[in-house]
Amino acid sequence: MTEKIKNITIALAGNPNSGKTTVFNSLTGMRQHVGNYPGVTVEKKEGLCHHKDFVLNIVDLPGTYSLTAYSAEEIVARNFIVEEKPDVVVDVIDSANIERNLYLAVQLMEMEAPIVLAFNMSDVAKNKGLIFDIEMLSSLFGLPIVQTIGNKDQGINELLEATVKTAQDKQRCSNLRIKYGKEIEDELEKLQQQLQTEKDLLKKFNSRWIAVKLLEQDEEILKQVKDTKVLDAAQDSINHLREIFGEEPEIIIADRRYGFISGACQEAVKNTIETRHNRSDMIDAVVTHRVFGLPIFVALMYIVFDLTFRIGKWPMGWLEGLFGFLSRYISGFWPTGQESLIKSLIVDGILGGVGGVVIFLPNILLLFMAIAVLEGTGYMARAAFVTDRIMHKIGLHGKSFIPMLIGFGCTVPAIMACRILENRRNRITTILVLPLFSCGARITIYALFIPAFFALKWRGAVMLLIYFIGIVLAVIAAKILRLTLLRGETVPFVMELPPYRMPTFKAILIHMWERGWLYLKKAGTVILVISVILWFAGNFPRSAVEQEEEDISQKQILEYSITGRLSGFLEPAFKPLGFDKRIVTALIGAMAAKEVFVAQMGITYAISEHEDVSVLREKLRADYTPLQAFCIMLFCLISAPCVATVAVTRAETGRIGWAIFQWAGLTALAYVVTLVVYQLGMYLS
Amino acid sequence: MKSKEEISLRKVSSGTLVMLLKIDAGQGLKVRLAAMGLLPGVQFTVINNGHPGPFVIDLKGNRMVLGKGMADKMLVKPISKND
Ligand SMILES: Nc1nc2c(ncn2[C@@H]2O[C@H](COP(=O)(O)OP(=O)(O)O)[C@@H](O)[C@H]2O)c(=O)[nH]1
Repeated sequence: MTEKIKNITIALAGNPNSGKTTVFNSLTGMRQHVGNYPGVTVEKKEGLCHHKDFVLNIVDLPGTYSLTAYSAEEIVARNFIVEEKPDVVVDVIDSANIERNLYLAVQLMEMEAPIVLAFNMSDVAKNKGLIFDIEMLSSLFGLPIVQTIGNKDQGINELLEATVKTAQDKQRCSNLRIKYGKEIEDELEKLQQQLQTEKDLLKKFNSRWIAVKLLEQDEEILKQVKDTKVLDAAQDSINHLREIFGEEPEIIIADRRYGFISGACQEAVKNTIETRHNRSDMIDAVVTHRVFGLPIFVALMYIVFDLTFRIGKWPMGWLEGLFGFLSRYISGFWPTGQESLIKSLIVDGILGGVGGVVIFLPNILLLFMAIAVLEGTGYMARAAFVTDRIMHKIGLHGKSFIPMLIGFGCTVPAIMACRILENRRNRITTILVLPLFSCGARITIYALFIPAFFALKWRGAVMLLIYFIGIVLAVIAAKILRLTLLRGETVPFVMELPPYRMPTFKAILIHMWERGWLYLKKAGTVILVISVILWFAGNFPRSAVEQEEEDISQKQILEYSITGRLSGFLEPAFKPLGFDKRIVTALIGAMAAKEVFVAQMGITYAISEHEDVSVLREKLRADYTPLQAFCIMLFCLISAPCVATVAVTRAETGRIGWAIFQWAGLTALAYVVTLVVYQLGMYLS
Repeated sequence: MKSKEEISLRKVSSGTLVMLLKIDAGQGLKVRLAAMGLLPGVQFTVINNGHPGPFVIDLKGNRMVLGKGMADKMLVKPISKND
């Protein structure tokens, strides 16, 4: 050891539910950074860890079962290993479930990555009666193996030790090669010969791995092959193997890998007792029951939401107080009567806009805490199953149900919760229709109009009708999207049912913190900008006359401003929907956040802040019919998701295009639906 | 029960050990299942055959839940029946 490596990059790989996140948290503590892998919406977590003289940069790869090209996660994981060349790949293995977890390890080995195996869940394995001959396994695979218990921080030091040692080792890759049997080996050899010309590919991957991938018809690799002769040769080999085995070579290859693992385990793993997780089975018999499963799920979700809003009320109040104090404090700098534009910008534009977002932070933290608990215990997998029967009918996965429920609270965390959906098409479809689930902010609009226009006994029904229309439209839209733009095999349901576990406090805290920070950062920055723009549009230009006058009213400023003029311009287009200029003005404001609609209405009617909302209702009743009121609510429900939603959709889908599509699509839908309802209503009455 | 016969997994009763013979699905799905250890030739026990409740199998000590559609697509051979 003449020179010491000080900085080491570690990639953390592993199956879902192997305890990978727990190990990652244990290694990095709170020093984490969440982002996305470039170009895709796969979450990338990084963190630092100090061990002796070394600084380890740990990158959490997506949890996968395999390294094929069938999912974005798997491609991301293997590209990271190939392109970033981490010094060591630590593969976290659920040792209570050893064979399936080693499947990924074997594929990592084939990539000639330097690997350390972390046999996690070793306490669970022990309870199951599994005894490992670690030394033998280590030599069979040619890799260092460390036993760990992630949630108790056990074995983490030893894991770091082995990792650092491997990083310094020159011969750090396993030299084990799985033998695929004569027929396949012959074809592999042929292909390897052919591959000599593919200089670019060979720079990145070893030739045997490329040959295996060609037999597996790996789309990512096929795309990178330049020589058509290679492709022809690969096709010949595949046809040949198909003929011999009567099965796709890909399946045979998987079978051989499992064969190797089984062999190794037979030698080095002993199973002493034949007990299974019976307690989990018993709980499952109840919570996934065909009849009781759904009510139990709904009840649990109800408790989650109820607690979220009940407990969240207090910190929300504090935050509201804080922002109120800030705006009063800042206003205090300007003597009354000398209202400055800068004051208005800071107080109405910035504090108003950002405050409106920050206020929801407690709700979001609580919600994600609850989700972290449900996920950590293993219940989420069951919930997905229970709701799958319903969701499947509209071409979505059972797990889509959870974001939809959250959507009734606020669309922004709902879209963020879509990360639990692995399938990209499913995720995007769900994100796109989420704004149709009427969020809490829209209640302010219903609360203004419904009591103004409908008799007490009809109020509940009207409200329910609005919500119901949203749900029906979402179902139809999802179905249409799945049949057109986002078509794809609705993956038949297969899922692992992890045994029930007690999640750790630390994991929940970290999860909560991550989501909260993402929310503040992503939504916050965009919201700030848009709030300022909308403030500007609502205040400028100003007429010269007005500036001279002492008491120019908000109403006059608004009418003269860009927003006012724009609504005048747009008014004819909204006439057929029964909207006048005032409504259009308020709708423009609602683009920032749905609550703004009510505030803007107040301004156009020159209602001062001190007056009761019933004054506004009175004036509304004088100007509009119940049909118009209903149409306004309908339009607010469907149209233009708020700025925060647009920002989060962009961030979570990775493309501004989807956000624009969502915004424009929903606005168009709102226009058509409202038009039909209004015209039909007019015709009938 | 007829043994040594190919039957759809859907029709297998709880507690039966079966061997997977064939999955009637597209390439992508087959490979995904293979990665999870569901390959032709593999043996597993049916824990719950779906009525009432979900279709659950035990694959080497690991519980997996299958949709009804999935269970329809899998052809298996019962190996023994423990009552
Ligand atoms: N008994 C036990 N539980 C663990 C161990 N490692 C993680 N867990 C728990 O397993 C659950 C899933 O872990 P997580 O890290 O979220 O899994 P991931 O899906 O691989 O990221 C959590 O409730 C953890 O607390 C371990 O070594 N032993």
